[in-house]
Amino acid sequence: MGILEVKNVNKRFGGLQALGNVNLSIAENSVHAIIGPNGAGKSTLLNVLVGKLIPDTGSVMFDGQSVLGRKPYEINQMGISRVFQTPEIFGDLSVQENMMIPCFAKRDGSFMMNGYASVESQRDMLDKAEEMLVEMKLADKRHMHAAAMSRGDKRRLEIAMCLAQDPRLLLLDEPTAGMARADTNNTIDLLKQIKEERDITIAIIEHDMHVVFSLAERITVLAQGTPLVEDTPDNIKGHPKVREAYLGESQDAA
Amino acid sequence: MLGLSKKDAGLLLIVGLLCLFAPFILNPFPEGSAMAQFNGGYPDLMQRLVIFGIFAIGFNILFGLTGYLSFGHAAFLGVGSYAAIWMMKLLTMNIVPAIMISVLVAGLFSLLVGWISLRRSGIYFSILTLAFAQMSYALAYSVLTPITGGETGLQPKYTDPRILDSALPAGQSPRANLFGLDMKATSQLEIGDWVFTFNAGYYIAAIIMLIAFYLSMRIFRSPLGMMLRAVKSNQQRMNYTGLNSKPYTLAAFVISGMYAGLAGGLLVAMDTQVGAERMFWTASGEVVLMTILGGAGTLIGPILGAGFIKYMENIVSKINESVLEQWFAFMPDWMGDFMVSIVYPFVGKGWNLTLGLLFMLVVIFLPGGLVEGGQRIGKLFRRKKSEPETPDGKTTPAE
Ligand SMILES: Nc1ncnc2c1ncn2[C@@H]1O[C@H](COP(=O)(O)OP(=O)(O)OP(=O)(O)O)[C@@H](O)[C@H]1O
Ligand SMILES: [Mg+2]
Repeated sequence: MGILEVKNVNKRFGGLQALGNVNLSIAENSVHAIIGPNGAGKSTLLNVLVGKLIPDTGSVMFDGQSVLGRKPYEINQMGISRVFQTPEIFGDLSVQENMMIPCFAKRDGSFMMNGYASVESQRDMLDKAEEMLVEMKLADKRHMHAAAMSRGDKRRLEIAMCLAQDPRLLLLDEPTAGMARADTNNTIDLLKQIKEERDITIAIIEHDMHVVFSLAERITVLAQGTPLVEDTPDNIKGHPKVREAYLGESQDAA
Repeated sequence: MLGLSKKDAGLLLIVGLLCLFAPFILNPFPEGSAMAQFNGGYPDLMQRLVIFGIFAIGFNILFGLTGYLSFGHAAFLGVGSYAAIWMMKLLTMNIVPAIMISVLVAGLFSLLVGWISLRRSGIYFSILTLAFAQMSYALAYSVLTPITGGETGLQPKYTDPRILDSALPAGQSPRANLFGLDMKATSQLEIGDWVFTFNAGYYIAAIIMLIAFYLSMRIFRSPLGMMLRAVKSNQQRMNYTGLNSKPYTLAAFVISGMYAGLAGGLLVAMDTQVGAERMFWTASGEVVLMTILGGAGTLIGPILGAGFIKYMENIVSKINESVLEQWFAFMPDWMGDFMVSIVYPFVGKGWNLTLGLLFMLVVIFLPGGLVEGGQRIGKLFRRKKSEPETPDGKTTPAE
């Protein structure tokens, strides 16, 4: 029984079957990659997991509880954090404030009327944020406007914000899309380090085979909204169906 | 000090001193001089400056922090005024219950309006609030005449029950007071040609404004304030960070509604009458102008904006043709006439034109409002001073 169990999920957009009978089980404390050609339904699947989309049929269980019908903030409070394809951070706020907000969300829940005490007086939150900033090598940027950071740093900050909540499941949607090789390698190292240091399950959507084969313990190949195969990286590499459906076109890149 | 940072405490102190010495600061010109026209140190105007300051401070908590632009806040001010006047009719002319009830009623009303309007964001939210405010205005003006006095409005009458007050001496009209201190109690100080006026009502309103300002500072610096800025910055990220943005925006809406109600109650405390026009949409628009003109999202901006607009409204609108002629009397006749005809459209009834032009200039050249203007001037001076020494390129983020 995995930490995340997706059963018979279907999602149609008009005439388009974006997800068709998706079954997926992600084991606790594993790194699970979901790959597939453009339009395969990977982002749609992720949107179902975080409550952005409601599937037509099927069930999604996280740690034995149904996710369906819950609001995104409720699902997050259950322990699922998401990193977006383009970094979503609080651009108008300082890096330190960006870091503190998930800490507050973790401590105080989805709403807390705390309008009289100053932020400065919340020592535990400041310390937690500082700890994360140091760990993610962002401490020297703590007073910077988050919007003014480089794309690589924004991605780092977004991952740090997700981690500050100690999520049990971290979802990443193409975390290295549009990144230069060096940044991509940094991100791989960062994710490896995160995995080593804590009990966390990571599900990652990725086009870059280099990233996938460096990180994943299991891989699900999605094509036209349906899982084609699910296996270990080594078996996936040699799988004829996968080569045909997907890897054939990007073999030299990998 | 008071749980504020040094910088914020300094700002509070400055505002406090400005309020304390306003009767002097606003009356710089000797009585009877040509410039006496610009003296603003009379009770009625000073009261308005601080009361609308409160209105704008509250509005800024919603608009400045969350970015939700309400076009209906005058409704809460009006509701506060009506509630206050009913307290004065039924209970007592003491302003304490009147002001408390005005905050409470405006808070409840804004909870209802906010709960419905906040289902939408952006322009749709603005339109919903506008619709609510105009409905309130229409109701107050006609349907609810028994409660609101309709066209004529309401004021305390000799015959009202006022169960807590002892009967008035025959023929004396009821006067608003604070435990016996008459709001209209005034004393004057004459120094040479100068006349300074000190008014009880003004100082009470000013103290309440300082408290309101202090509370808004606390909100700005609190976790709640940070969350409200997060709403403005990225609601998507907020929701995926486990935060429910709806109660946060609703909290900001209700708090700003209560500030508006407080302002409405104080207006009644100073001048015991109310009419439906207080809720008209132009009044809602005015507080938007005040906040943007002063600097939305800054602490002091709304106070500056409110002061600036109320001063303009009262001073520039009083300048008429004969005053202009007096000003330009030193010029040859033809030139004087020419100047009068050029300036005339911008003063008197045309003061809105001046305001509109100033507003456009500010929005285009100083998007951060008067506060940004002040900061730029400050920077200019600092640069000049530090030039002989080593100029360092250190830039601190604008506050
Ligand atoms: N909200 C929507 N409304 C209509 N169609 C949609 C919607 N979202 C996705 N689709 C369609 O569903 C299909 C799957 O899209 P999805 O974004 O999940 O693909 P993907 O695997 O993430 O692709 P990519 O690798 O390009 O990101 C696509 O054909 C897409 O056009
Ligand atoms: Mg996608």
